[in-house]
Amino acid sequence: MHDVFHIIESTCIPIAIDNCNTDLIIPARYLATTTRDAHFFGDAFMHDLRFNAEGRVAHDFVMNRVPYSEPPRKGINEIIVAGKNWGSGSSREHAAWAIAGYGVRVVISSSVADIHRNNLLNCFVLPVIVSPAFQMELFASISADPLTRVRVDLPNQVVTNLTNMHFESFPINAYKKYCLMNGLDDIDFLLESKDKIEAYEKH
Amino acid sequence: MSTLNPAKEGGRTLFDKIWNAHVVQDIPDGPTQLYIDRMYCHEVTSPQAFDTLRDKNIRVLRPQQVFAMPDHNIPSELADPLIIADPKGREQVETLKRNCEEFGITYFDMGSKDNGIIHVVGPEKGLSLPGMTIVCGDSHTSTHGALGALAMGIGTSEVAQVLASQCILQQKPKTMRINIEGTLSRGTTAKDVALYIMAQMTTSGATGYAVEYAGSTIRSMSMEGRLTLSNLSIEMGSRAGIIAPDEITLSYLRGREFAPKGEAWDRAVTYWKTLKSDPDAVFDKEVTFRAEDIAPRITYGTNPGEGIAIDETIPESLSLVGGADDSLSYMGFSPGQCLLGTPIDYIFLGACTNGRIEDFRAFASVVKGRRKAPNVIAWLVPGSWAVRQQIINEGIDKILEQAGFELRLPSCSACLAMNDDKVPAGKLCLSTSNRNFIGRQGPGARTILASPLTVAAAAVTGVITDPRTLVNCEL
Ligand code: SF4
Repeated sequence: MHDVFHIIESTCIPIAIDNCNTDLIIPARYLATTTRDAHFFGDAFMHDLRFNAEGRVAHDFVMNRVPYSEPPRKGINEIIVAGKNWGSGSSREHAAWAIAGYGVRVVISSSVADIHRNNLLNCFVLPVIVSPAFQMELFASISADPLTRVRVDLPNQVVTNLTNMHFESFPINAYKKYCLMNGLDDIDFLLESKDKIEAYEKH
Repeated sequence: MSTLNPAKEGGRTLFDKIWNAHVVQDIPDGPTQLYIDRMYCHEVTSPQAFDTLRDKNIRVLRPQQVFAMPDHNIPSELADPLIIADPKGREQVETLKRNCEEFGITYFDMGSKDNGIIHVVGPEKGLSLPGMTIVCGDSHTSTHGALGALAMGIGTSEVAQVLASQCILQQKPKTMRINIEGTLSRGTTAKDVALYIMAQMTTSGATGYAVEYAGSTIRSMSMEGRLTLSNLSIEMGSRAGIIAPDEITLSYLRGREFAPKGEAWDRAVTYWKTLKSDPDAVFDKEVTFRAEDIAPRITYGTNPGEGIAIDETIPESLSLVGGADDSLSYMGFSPGQCLLGTPIDYIFLGACTNGRIEDFRAFASVVKGRRKAPNVIAWLVPGSWAVRQQIINEGIDKILEQAGFELRLPSCSACLAMNDDKVPAGKLCLSTSNRNFIGRQGPGARTILASPLTVAAAAVTGVITDPRTLVNCEL
């Protein structure tokens, strides 16, 4: 059973990188594992931007700057505001495990790559797709006030920039919304559809 | 079981036909439950999926429809026996083997004649067939679309779902047709077509769409070329790149190990001939490119859409946030620069993009009678053991040897830095693979994507060279 998902209100980590691919979100060397340990993947999140080639903290990178460097917890840094085409490239779900393992629960962007979007949902991280204008305004609010708070209201499908109360509705299908709000997996749904699968195979 | 999209009734796309034939149910205001004919598993994205099955105490529903083989961690260096140096990589391969034994899945072991990169092995064994739905925990599953299949990459949770139920839940994508018309000029290959389309479409231009490739250029393209093109669909955001099956598809598939035989073949062919978009089919988006606008291409940045014709200069006006500006400083290039003549350190021929027999023939046509440049380290890696065997049967290995090259063992190799083939930090690699991402070929490695002909030209000159300027460049 996963955490149920209703309303999240939090400060944000702005990762203003366009086309940030899943190789950047988690480099391939962290894929050589059979573990499901959330901390292992969380530690690898954006690793090669957070650390330089010698393994030292890359102080310039946004995730290493106060207040974005605070480990995510309730109300703090639970939301990433990302550049467009977030999660393109490799299908590795390890990227979604890294985001979830780091403690992030929402990724807001103007576009998220298709496979990564499904992976996030399957890891109970909510991808929130907003207009480019809303995305840019969020980046601007955060850069003016790094403690900018955003509310993501899943039941009503509304995302609000609490600095200026500007809001947008975001899409998610009713089935997936129900799964997130009730902590249900697709696999359980599919296992219950056995009759339908067998009927399909016969036809 | 087929559900017609009312808006498109009368004219259905090839995608619609395959999708509709696989609908188990449409969930109201939700995704579609889609039946999967074929699933492939590799060692990197499957271990956690098998753990999920064990947690829930469930079996694989249709193990005979699943085929597994390790490819990412396999070493390409000539050695007998093959040993994976990295204990974590070794553990992944052993885990896949154990999981296949436990769940009754056909497994093509490392080093066996059946092994290779999944996206090379699936088509060449006739496991991927027209009209099928095919998935794998790997984004380049789009490759198999070249045979007229709906083939898509999925994540590990979805791998578990397919193992458990032979189904996935998917939101139906929009449809896009990309037409390419005309004859490709000398020295220009399917890889260049793909790199050209990506530069026009950007790396997110087809996000949310299933793409069909059509037009006279495609109809006269070899199966190997089509596989290269479909392989790269994901690099513009499309999970699927479908090509309608035709005579080229049939003659490629006839007699392959798992392809239907005898009467079953005839029945299959009758069905496969219906697998094309109706003349009045309407696509959500349609674009057309002309083959004569396409020249040999290279990338200059850190995503596959950041590319130019080989004799062009890097654009002056790059203004992407955290995109091309950063990528140029990573690559060490500057706006306005022409890359012809730039010395290179490594070349890589291989990957599921260009690791097929035709790619080795093309490479050999250029290096024949020449010598490998002394400054270049060359990795020539067949996509499968079958490709390697054919290279030897055709005597291509001798041509390569005489030119100072060594043929390695089948593997994903330097496509992604998971095995021993890593490009060192700062080194420049001209590569036939599909991704030039930051760190893709090793931390700090710099990658330029190109066709086998362009890579061959650089391999013998030591610098980025237009393959059209070398006399015996074929194709
Ligand atoms: S060759 Fe490269 S892109 Fe293809 S499956 Fe292997 S790692 Fe992935």
